[in-house]
Amino acid sequence: MEDTYTILQVIARSWGAMFMLLAFLGVILFTLRPGSRAVHRDIADIPFRHDDRPARDTDTQARPQPFKEARQ
Amino acid sequence: MLDYVKLLILGLVAVCAAIAANYARDVAYLVHALLIMSAAAITFIYVLRNTGEAKRPVPVDEYMDGPVRAAAIATVFWGVVGFLAGTFIAFQLAYPVLNFHWADGYLNFGRLRPLHTSAVIFAFGGNALLAASFYIVQRTSAARMWGGGLAWFVFWGYQLFILMAATGYLLGSTQGQEYAEPEWLTDLWLTIVWVAFLALYMGTLMKRKEPHIYVANWFLLSFIVTVAMLHVVNNLQIPVSFFGSRSVTVMSGVQNAMTQWWYGHNAVGFFLTAGFLGMMYYFIPKQAERPVYSYKLSIIHFWALIFLYIWAGPHHLHYTALPDWASTLGMVFSIVLWMPSWGGMINGLMTLSGAWDKLRTDPVLRMMVTSVAFYGMSTFEGPMMSIRAVNSLSHYTDWTIGHVHSGALGWNGMITFGMLYYLFPKLWNKQRLYSLRAVSWHYWLATIGIVLYAASMWVTGIMEGLMWREVDAQGFLVNSFADTVAAKFPMYVVRGLGGVLYLTGALIMAWNLYMTVRKSAVRRDVAAAAPAE
Repeated sequence: MEDTYTILQVIARSWGAMFMLLAFLGVILFTLRPGSRAVHRDIADIPFRHDDRPARDTDTQARPQPFKEARQ
Repeated sequence: MLDYVKLLILGLVAVCAAIAANYARDVAYLVHALLIMSAAAITFIYVLRNTGEAKRPVPVDEYMDGPVRAAAIATVFWGVVGFLAGTFIAFQLAYPVLNFHWADGYLNFGRLRPLHTSAVIFAFGGNALLAASFYIVQRTSAARMWGGGLAWFVFWGYQLFILMAATGYLLGSTQGQEYAEPEWLTDLWLTIVWVAFLALYMGTLMKRKEPHIYVANWFLLSFIVTVAMLHVVNNLQIPVSFFGSRSVTVMSGVQNAMTQWWYGHNAVGFFLTAGFLGMMYYFIPKQAERPVYSYKLSIIHFWALIFLYIWAGPHHLHYTALPDWASTLGMVFSIVLWMPSWGGMINGLMTLSGAWDKLRTDPVLRMMVTSVAFYGMSTFEGPMMSIRAVNSLSHYTDWTIGHVHSGALGWNGMITFGMLYYLFPKLWNKQRLYSLRAVSWHYWLATIGIVLYAASMWVTGIMEGLMWREVDAQGFLVNSFADTVAAKFPMYVVRGLGGVLYLTGALIMAWNLYMTVRKSAVRRDVAAAAPAE
């Protein structure tokens, strides 16, 4: 029976490292997915929307949602 | 009902603190117990006076800006205190006579140095981050802050932490770990405040009206979560006595050193980088009046930073008892970090594309852009210094101090000044700043101050590194340590002068912001008057 340190470090340097790498690449691929441009453009505008007071419930419904029509 | 529970708890805390003060085994603990007792007593009286009063309705239609104002004022105050302490200890190094005999053991360099670092990082930077977090999370969530008065608890609790840390340093209570000097009692208090901060932030995000979470919130949230984790793990200490400030670390030797620098470097990475990047991603678009250059790049910047930074700590321990693989790992990850850092810098700078002309007319934007440029410079210098061969020259020299200050004064300082210049007119409902000329003066004083500081530290650091390793034909060391100290004198004076310029700029800012609140014209385009809180 190996000691705990060895077991942990073998897992960390094989499956652990692989998991981290895949998760990282997954995040990047998801960010660059086709059709994300409109969503991101909308999010980037958030700082310019509710500068002086919080959104009321009616605002949210009235807000145009441009990314809905971006893809067919 | 809740008021009675609060009164009960506050009363108990005050009494227990008074008992603890009575049994205190050292002065630092005594002072801390008295501080806690006074804080609890003052809060007790405040709660008592409001008990049974008719509750004022919560203005749900307004943002909660009271704590933002308080944190912004505290940022200016602690900034001036921290810069003053830094300038003073810079001159103490140049002129040792400033380590006054009558104040020995209280105001000598060894006591003031942690006071300076903590004052600028945790008091100035921490309050700037509190102000930024409170402001940004509400605006980008389009929701009022969650938790009622919790934000006030976080603000005042954090100020109490600062007071406890500062008095502890002067009275010699320290666990001797860089940037984690406060002892166990102060650490426990900060943990409580920090958990409240996290709850406040998460609560506000959860009741957001915007479907998406803006990128600045990701950075700020990662700062809050990671600092909680780092703080708890690096402060695993067992108190020697319940009534004394001393404690003993759980880990020892190289494990302790590794944990300390895992903490230390990620304090840089998540407190001074991720948190301030949250500021950058909100306030630069606001000041430039255009959205961030590439939102995709900002997401990649965030995740790359998160995945990489946490491994970079071991580069602080090259050529020590640390295993080779660990120090190589730290070095490799530090070098890879260069990429997301520069990605973020490019993103911040390019946000101005199409608006570069604003730099000519808007000194506040100029300040923010300069801070991003310093972010780029210090995140280039850092990875370079983490390479083992470079580190063998730079480590233990003043080059490290120069590097830290080009990041701290240039990046953290300048982006915070920019934020304050943006926030003050906004928070006090003013048309504009009192004086833009004063902002320009501040900008140039600060920039020239940083240049003097960084340049003198590069020269003296490399000189000192070369002198330490210089050997003669027989292989003997040429210079004694005292030779390097003597050779460094002119650079120490220049460094001190740089500090004077930076401090003067901050004083001009404090005056300008005060006059903005007092004298500037009220903003006319908003229908409602300023919030009453």
